[in-house]
Order: sequence, then structure tokens, then C-alpha cells
Amino acid sequence: MFRKLALTALTAVALTGAPAFAAGEGGYVENIRFSFDGPFGTFDQNQLQRGLQVYTEVCAACHGMRYVPIRSLSDPDGPGIPPEQVRAYIDQNFIEVWDEDERDYRMATPNDNFPYIESAGAPDLSLMAKARLGFHGPYGLALNNLFFGIGGPEYIASLLTNYTGEEVEQYGAILYENETYPGGLISMAPPLWEDGVEYNDGTPATIEQQAEDVAAFLMWAAEPDMMARKRMGFTAVILLVILSTMLYLTNKRLWAPVKRDAKEE
Amino acid sequence: MSGIPHDHYEPQSNGAKWLHRRLPIVSLMYDTLTIPTPRNLNWMWIWGIVLAFCLVLQIVTGIILVMHYTPHVDLAFASIEHIMRNVNGGWAIRYIHMNGASLFFIAVYLHIFRGLYYGSYKAPREVTWIIGMLIYLLMMGTAFMGYVLPWGQMSFWGATVITGLFGAIPFVGDAIQTWLLGGPAVGNATLNRFLSLHYLLPFVIAGLVIVHIWAFHTTGNNNPTGVEVRRTSRKEADADTLPFWPYFVIKDLFALAVVLVGFFAVVGFMPNYLGHPDNYIEADPLVTPAHIVPEWYFLPFYAILRAFTGDVWVVMFASWITGGIVDAKFFGVIAMFGAIAVMALAPWLDTSSVRSGRYRPMFKWWFWLLVVDFLVLMWAGARPAEPPYSTISLIGSAYWFAYFLVILPLLGIFEKPLPQPDTIEEDFKEHYGTSGSKGDTAATPAE
Amino acid sequence: MRETLSVSHAEDNPSTRRDFLYYATGGVGAVATGAAVWPLVNQMNPSADVQAASTMRVDVSTLETGTQVTVLFLGKPIFIRRRSEGEIAQGREENDADTIIDPLARNGNIDDSAPATDENRTLVDFSGENTGEWLVMWGVCTHLGCVPLGDGAGAFGGWFCPCHGSHYDTAGRIRRGPAPENLPVPTAEFVDETTILLG
Repeated sequence: MFRKLALTALTAVALTGAPAFAAGEGGYVENIRFSFDGPFGTFDQNQLQRGLQVYTEVCAACHGMRYVPIRSLSDPDGPGIPPEQVRAYIDQNFIEVWDEDERDYRMATPNDNFPYIESAGAPDLSLMAKARLGFHGPYGLALNNLFFGIGGPEYIASLLTNYTGEEVEQYGAILYENETYPGGLISMAPPLWEDGVEYNDGTPATIEQQAEDVAAFLMWAAEPDMMARKRMGFTAVILLVILSTMLYLTNKRLWAPVKRDAKEE
Repeated sequence: MSGIPHDHYEPQSNGAKWLHRRLPIVSLMYDTLTIPTPRNLNWMWIWGIVLAFCLVLQIVTGIILVMHYTPHVDLAFASIEHIMRNVNGGWAIRYIHMNGASLFFIAVYLHIFRGLYYGSYKAPREVTWIIGMLIYLLMMGTAFMGYVLPWGQMSFWGATVITGLFGAIPFVGDAIQTWLLGGPAVGNATLNRFLSLHYLLPFVIAGLVIVHIWAFHTTGNNNPTGVEVRRTSRKEADADTLPFWPYFVIKDLFALAVVLVGFFAVVGFMPNYLGHPDNYIEADPLVTPAHIVPEWYFLPFYAILRAFTGDVWVVMFASWITGGIVDAKFFGVIAMFGAIAVMALAPWLDTSSVRSGRYRPMFKWWFWLLVVDFLVLMWAGARPAEPPYSTISLIGSAYWFAYFLVILPLLGIFEKPLPQPDTIEEDFKEHYGTSGSKGDTAATPAE
Repeated sequence: MRETLSVSHAEDNPSTRRDFLYYATGGVGAVATGAAVWPLVNQMNPSADVQAASTMRVDVSTLETGTQVTVLFLGKPIFIRRRSEGEIAQGREENDADTIIDPLARNGNIDDSAPATDENRTLVDFSGENTGEWLVMWGVCTHLGCVPLGDGAGAFGGWFCPCHGSHYDTAGRIRRGPAPENLPVPTAEFVDETTILLG
């Protein structure tokens, strides 16, 4: 019942085209139809792997991901990279973590989390896709969340693609104008370039493609159990619908004589 | 138990008799479970079971979360992520606990408004009502402290703002706030004591729930007509009531299952919809989020808190008459707690001799206006504190107080009630209709 | 026979059909409850990070012949010794010594009933050859759990537990003292030329 309703609602909205929303604080966030949208959406493993590549080659220079265990790159519901390739990934990218016991940096193992990078003053990206609300409307009721999700990955992708190219100097720092960022001026320089990364699977690395890929990857990083969660939701809803039906019939049968008496007298 | 004549437990075997003489626990359970219940209860009488379920759900999932949570400012946020990523099914338990709080409040508001509409607070059920209000207050305290535990930005700044309310109390406010926080600002001491109290209060609530049930089992349930069950003879009582088990247990379980379909759809498909994204950023005492919004269930009272600014005449008057002791900040705090206090006083403010809103033609309109007012305040509470939202909040707050302090007392005098049925039996029969034209509706249980 | 008859009759009875509905509802309710209870139980099992830590890779490329390293694995020490020719020879010579107290190999990688020969104690290298060079074992005395001293300590050129004086030989077998068993060999294997995977 709910599933049908939700699907109908989703289809209805999807058919009317994916609108763009002016977010509450003036930021411009465009809805993107990610593969993981909706109650049955799943992560696109190739996209997550491309997103990891963008994160590693572009974002990781300044942004850490301190809550994400490196081993979880092997999750079958996530990027699904085999463990030996994950170890190779660590070696190739020379990922180091701080060791509290040795009081020094050492090479990461898959059991470590991604590094925590403070030096650049850039925010950690572990939970970024859940820490940003893309859709506030309409009228502050946030009902768009029901149909498009909370819009975290959309916010990230929009932020990465909506630089205007203007630069402003404030208090000695260069700020870049961005139509998505609240306030309109962001200290991060435009990070993505056409063909800035070279995808192994041959996907053309446009800025939009890179932005969507890394946004999808960060959604997975923020919510690695999303697939399991949707499966649980689906199982629970089905089971409870069956239980409701059974209880409805039981209740009806239980009350039938009482109601018959009330009617007959 | 309720003074309504009904079957009592008689121990049969020697073992049962032996236990019954020493501890009549089976008898207590039997009487509680088979309590005569008005047969005309409608679907608004299911929220009690939903609430009981929520309490158990929150206690069970909460105990589990504490097994993996670390109450320290440096580790709390990371331990939540540990639960979400590493603990087996931890994400499910945490999302259920998070959204369970919302389900709890949805159910409690429907439960309260049902009581307001059908006059469940009126004599002789005032004690049930007052205890219910106490439970509600404790729920708010528990939910607030629980929201602090993940140690996100909203946790931290919510705690700062809400404990700041106590700082508004004249003379002793600062001392009370410092005492609450265990320091000059929200910190590790605050986090630890909030965990302790967040763990304790649900058990206090559970105790009060038992008293709440005891109280309304003593007076008997109210029902949609507000007409009391006849107690003069067993035959008449039986015509008005049915035993709680199995008739209402199965009905309530059915309703609970339907409610849970919606609940698990939210948990499974949009668990963060009712939360705030800023709480996925670790608490930072140096950066305040753009605007701080409490959880949705606090919003109506938060709107009342913010409505009374220094340029409102009642605030200016209060300030002038108290020589400045009651300033706008303190007035807002008084208004917020006062909004709940007037609701608790409803049994004495409502002067009507008729219990159920069903037979009160004028009351109905004011009641539904109150419901709308509640929703408008909820919406306004989430908006920034600026025009026109501040004006809307003020009008909404004024109506909230007017409803309890002016409208309820006056309606009893001016309103001409509709005729009520003489008995519950009559109402029940009328509903399932001997007239024949209503034959089809008989298939659907209750109204 | 009579029972089956009465059952088949009963199925036509409306009250039995009602019972069936009640039982079916109860059954679905029980399934739902069971499905809800399992996660509550399972959450207490080791979490993903703990499970991930139940294997460990040790790089032994820098380990010289005749030396050992101690690594912490699952909260307890593991000795990894690259034995010298002399130690190997000594261990193999003493396979039939009267002073071998525990006759079993206590090696997690081979059969439980394997005898405590030196060959049964050591680790097969990456090429699949048991050269006797690699000895990997828990560094926990089987007496009362102290960590024995190594590098040729004790009367048998292996390890010596200072707590209550248990002597282990070059293959980690108990030879004298109160300890009842040989130092256990954990599940371990070479996953490349120089890396041992524990667990």
C-alpha cells in the first residue's frame, strides 16, 4: 500500500520533470536522479568506484574522511573493491594515518579509517551527504524531502558545478562565488576540471560527471548501510501489512457476534 | 477494580490458591486484562497501546545503544558512527530509537487531543489527566536530553539554548543554569549527567504509566459519548462494556500494526527526514549553526517561547508591574511552561456539564481551531524569528491561552448542548443501526 | 484412524476455521516478534571492526634468522621466530626425548591429534615447503598465562616463563615445569613471500 503510494507519488513527480529548488538560505540545489533514490534504489557500484577515484585524486588532498573504515570499500553493497585491491589502493596512494601508540604517522591498514585531515581547515567528508539539506521547501514544510530525499548528494554535486567563475578578495583571502553555497562565497577554489581525472571504465570525465560520482560516493560514505536499510524497511513493511491484514480479519471475526447482536435487537 | 460489576479471578488449583493467599498477582493481571471497557470506543482510543509500545521500544533500543555509546565529548560523536557502521544492525537500532521518539510524540499528541475533545480530563478523571501531563513533561525532558547525546551541532546548541531558559529566572537563574550544566557552558559534565538522566527518566515514566492506568481503571475509561458505564447491575454493565481482552487488545494490536507499517516505512526509506542535518556535524563550541531549530515535537512550545518579545504590551506590562524583574526572556519561559500548565488545569477551567465534544456544538469549532493553532505554531516555530512569523506565533500563542483560560470557562455558560444518549448501549446500537439503512457500515469496526 | 476422521470432520466446523484464523494470526505475530528480537540479540556479537581485527597481516621481510618479533594479536602476544639452523636441528633431534610432556602438536593449522614433532610445530612457507624456519605461536604460557621470555631462554634453548619456571624448547614444546601444554600455534599462513596472515 505504502509502496504503491510512494511509487505513484515518485513517478508523478519524476514525470513532471526534475525541478530545481532554491534552498532556504539562498543556495541553488538541483535535483539529480541518483540510482539510489527511492525505496528500491541501489548504489551504482561503478559510480561509487569512480567517485572514490575523484575523492582520492581531488578531494583527499584537503578533506579527510575520519569515520569511514577503509576496509568498508570492500562492502558488496558499497564500492565492492576486493580486499587485495584495497590494500593496493592504500599503497598506491600512500595513505598514512596517525598512530596514537607510536606517536607517529604510519601506513594505513584496511582496518584503519580514512585519515583525519585538519591542516587545510576543510571539513571532514564522512557525513557530508547527510549533514546538508538540499530541499527545504515548499513553505518551510520540507515536503520535497519526501520525494527527492534530503538532498545531501544533490547539494554536493550542485556545489561542485555551480561556481560562477567570479573571485572576491575579502580580508586578504580569495573567495569564490558559488550559487549553491549559503552566502554565495566559498573559500574552496573550483576543484574539478574537465578530464581532471581519467576514469578506468572510459566514462567521459566531465565536471558534471565527476561531481555526481563523488556525490554518490559520499552518500555511500555517509550511509554505508543504505541498501540494508531499504531491504529491512521493505521486509518490515511487507510483514506488517500481512500482520495487519490478519489482525483485521481476526478483529472483524471477534466483533462480529457483538455487532450482530447490536443490530438485531 | 473500576467499580463496574464484572468477573473476578477465582483460584482453582491448590497451587493457585497457595499463591493467591500470598501474592494475588494472577488476580491483579486477570482484573487488569479483563477490565470492562466501554464497547463504543472508537479508533482514537488506540493511542494508549501505541504509547505503551513506544515506551518499551525506546527502553529496549536505548539499553542496546548504551552498550555501544561512549558519553565523552571527544568520543560521543565517533561512538554514534561506530554504532551506525560497525555494530551488527546498529544503524537499524539507532534509526528506530531516533524515529521512535517521533512516533512517541505523534501518539502522545493524538492521545492528548483525543482527551481534550472527548472531555476525558473531566471529573472524575482529573488525576489521570494530571499524571498524563507529568508523563508528557518527563517525555519532553527525556527527549531533549537524548537529543544531546549524539553530540552533534544541534545537540550542543540545543542544549545551550534550552538550558539558557533556566538562566532567565530572576536572581537564581545563573546559579541554576550552572548547576544544570555542571560548569559555565555545555561540556563533558553536561553530557554525562544527561546520559544518566536520559537513562533514568524512562523508568520513572514507566512507573507513572502504571499509576496512569491504575487511575483510569479506577474511574473506568471515558468513551466517545462521555456517558458513564452503568454500574447498578451486572446486566446493565455487561450491556455497556466488553472485556478488554480479547476485544480491545486485538483491536489495538491491529491499529498498532497499521501504525508500525508507516513507522518502518519512515525508518527504512527516509530515517533522517525528521532529524536535522546539522546533527551530523560534530559539536563545535566555536561555530553556531545558521538557525537552531528544536525537534518538531517541541516546535509549538518553542514558538510560544519566542512569541513574547519586549515590544508586546503584556510583556511590557508585566515588566512594569514587577519593576523589571520579569523581562521578555523570563516572560517567554513563563509562557512556554504556562502553555502546558493551562492544559493541565483544563479539568477545572472547563465549566461545561457535558463531557464529550460530540454533544457540544460551539465547543467543536473552538477545539478544531485549537488543533489548527497547534499546527500553525509548530510551523511558525521552525521558521526564523522575524516578521511575519513572530506575529503569527504571537496570535497563535494568544489563542492557545485564550482557549483554556477564556473559552473553556465561558462555553460552559453560554453553550446549549445537544441531547446525549442515555447509555453506552444505546449509542452502540444506534451506531450499528437497527434502522437498516446503516447496514453496510456495520462491517467496519467502530466509527 | 478415528482421530484422523474426527479431524477431517472438524475442518468443516466453522469454529475450527475461526481457530485457524486465530492461530495463523498468532503465527504471523510470532514471526514478526522473532524477526524483531534477533537484531536485539545479534547486536551483542562482535562488531564489524572487531571482526575485521580478527585477522592480521605481519610483514616479516626484515626479520633476521635467529631473531623473533612479538606482535599483539587479539589482545595477546604472538611470537614469530625465524629459527636458525641450530635451533631447527636441536628441535628435530629432540622429537623423541623423554622430557616431552605434551605429546600433541597443538597446531591450529593441522590435525588436532598430530604428534608434537618439530615438523608439526612450524609454518609452511609461501612455496609450500616446511623448512622449519618459521615458528609462530601464542606467547602465553599454558600454565597461568604469563608471557615467557624468549631468545634461547630456559634450559632447552627456547623460552622460559619467569612466573613459575616453565621451560619450553626451540619448538615451543613444554619440557619442564608446571605448564601442561605446548605453546599453541595459531591459525596462520604465508600469503606472499614475506607476509604472514594471522587468524
